[in-house]
Amino acid sequence: MKNNYHNVEEIVADLPAIREACVSLSETLLANLVMLGEIPAPTFGEEARINFLLQRFSECGLTNTSSDECGNGFGIIPGKNRDRNILLLAHADTVFSERRDHTVSVHANHIHGPGIADNSLGLAVLATLPTLLDKLGFELDAGLILMGAARSLGRGDLEGTRFFLDNNKAPITAGICVEGVQLGRLSYASAGMLRGEVTCRVPEEYDWIRRGTTGAILVVNEVINRILGIPLPRRPQTSIVLGSIEAGTGFNIIPTEAVLRFEVRSESAEIVRQIASDLDDIMEDVTSQTGAEVTLDVIARREPAGLAIGHPLVKQAREIMSALDLRPHITPSISELSTMIVHGVPAITLGITDGERLHEQRETVLLEPMFTGLTQLVAVLLAIDGGFCDETE
Amino acid sequence: MKLNKWISQNTFHHGQFWDLRQLVEEKEKQGLTISLCLPTLNEAKTIGKEIILFKSELMDRYPLIDEIAVIDSGSIDDTREIAAAFGADVYLSADILPQYGEKKGKGENLWKAVYQLKGDIICYVDADIANIHPRFAYGLIAPLLYHPEMKYIKAFYDRPLAFSQGVRPSGGGRVTEILVRPLFSLFYPELTGLIQPLSGEYAVRREVLEEIPFPIGYGVETSHILDVYRKWGMGAFGQTDLDQRVHRNQATLSLGKMAFGILRTFLARSQAKGMTIDMEQVSSIMRQFQAHNDKYEQIEFEIVEEERPPMITIPEYREKFGR
Repeated sequence: MKNNYHNVEEIVADLPAIREACVSLSETLLANLVMLGEIPAPTFGEEARINFLLQRFSECGLTNTSSDECGNGFGIIPGKNRDRNILLLAHADTVFSERRDHTVSVHANHIHGPGIADNSLGLAVLATLPTLLDKLGFELDAGLILMGAARSLGRGDLEGTRFFLDNNKAPITAGICVEGVQLGRLSYASAGMLRGEVTCRVPEEYDWIRRGTTGAILVVNEVINRILGIPLPRRPQTSIVLGSIEAGTGFNIIPTEAVLRFEVRSESAEIVRQIASDLDDIMEDVTSQTGAEVTLDVIARREPAGLAIGHPLVKQAREIMSALDLRPHITPSISELSTMIVHGVPAITLGITDGERLHEQRETVLLEPMFTGLTQLVAVLLAIDGGFCDETE
Repeated sequence: MKLNKWISQNTFHHGQFWDLRQLVEEKEKQGLTISLCLPTLNEAKTIGKEIILFKSELMDRYPLIDEIAVIDSGSIDDTREIAAAFGADVYLSADILPQYGEKKGKGENLWKAVYQLKGDIICYVDADIANIHPRFAYGLIAPLLYHPEMKYIKAFYDRPLAFSQGVRPSGGGRVTEILVRPLFSLFYPELTGLIQPLSGEYAVRREVLEEIPFPIGYGVETSHILDVYRKWGMGAFGQTDLDQRVHRNQATLSLGKMAFGILRTFLARSQAKGMTIDMEQVSSIMRQFQAHNDKYEQIEFEIVEEERPPMITIPEYREKFGR
């Protein structure tokens, strides 16, 4: 196989050979997936998983491995050109608590376990990549920074990625966020986002006769009704996701506190700002109407940003996906991709395989498509390395 | 050997053997081959994961193990297909030495593995371990590589119940504590140094495996311990703490049958040692109760601990291995 390609067509011609190498390392990839997947890694508790990742990097012969003060883990494969570096990133945390049974089950055509798709598989791909590149005999022109990102999800608010990009000194040519699912995913733009938590508290001396008998639940219900009343435009695309609600402890105990977690997403920064203002009004209004204490805690914000669909990175990624018979699913991202783009790093998010039951105990990934996903990733990496994804002046 | 001295010298923790590179070097220096045997019966849920981890970590990454073999008792689920798909050598127990007949039991698979597998060391690991990890093999093999005088390394699990969810806190070692340890305390006090004599994971030198008989049922671990102790003494044993093992929990009635089989094996060995027990007079029927509404009835299980002779007595084995 070639080491230096002249164009993406040459890389595409080598896809079968790259896939063959990926398949030959299936045991390594699956073993990494099982072992990483069985290490609990709730947001802010990723240390054990990152340590394992670093150990894997060392065993692959990477001499430059480290972790930073934010808990991120790195393995660096130096390139020939010190002015070019490619950042390959997978978030290390999962939505599952440490107390959850993290046993992974392997079957003939699938693997299941909590967090196996989001994002143990992404991390396992990073752990396997040095061995794969070694097997393929590729020596990259650019340096390759493999990063297991800590503190990404929920209240983590991409802290690990932001910390790295705020403090990194090495020039980064492009970035790829690796997500376990879904194969065919191609994100090159991030939506505007506001993630928040509404807390409704009713005082102990609450007037139950006058206000009704469901306490904080009634108040949060009023908040939900008001949020549903916010007019949302069809264009630019905008949505409000009511993600979770917590209140009450039993059949006959009037709850004094209720929490609603939600996320606003929009292609327009202006609309996100407008909705944020509407939400503030709703909080004040419900407070004055019910006598309850209603507060809004904004946990995370993102500005919409992204590459153009005609950006060479997007274009070449689409060409490679098409050569692998993958139909790209273009979805805006609100994860690490947005941080990279905000920091001026051209980046995309790719999925590795097909999966289902996301964020459930039996979160499942399919085995066979993994090798296509891995092939796609290596090919895009080679395209970036060859300079075929650089924007021309 | 004083028991306390034996415990301090012959008890290990898998963490002592983390340096797999060094372990592989030691194996190569000694010119040994090592086989991993996974005896199975309907283990489709767990077998794939075991093979992936052992093959990736202990064959591809660190070439400690030379072969991984599944010896199957005739599973009716996909155990054999999954095992083969993930790259193990798969054998149906009945196809090995078919001229000696087919018996049902884990011990049968372990015995036939001695003939089928090529390693100088054979490491047996049960196939139903949910939290499988490479330590389950290298933790047992390592003491044999570093201590030439040791021949039989048993696993024990210091924190078998530390798993927070899904496992009942009565999970491990009931038969050991209620039956085997009292028996050993009475008749073989030195053997009480073995923390979990019934654990299903052990690594053994071929020279030992070929010399001892194999009960095909519940008594295989107990008989091995008694036979190895009698022939090579306490110094032949080692034991390694593998931390935690999560597996299927057995019902008390099943453990009753296991205890019955072990007791029969123990009595037979004691008779061989010269104690006056007439095994002809000892019942092979285990009786347990079940209730139909308000009526109680006894159910009877015949538990006969058949034995396979030492492999070295089998002509085909002597021919295959040049003994």
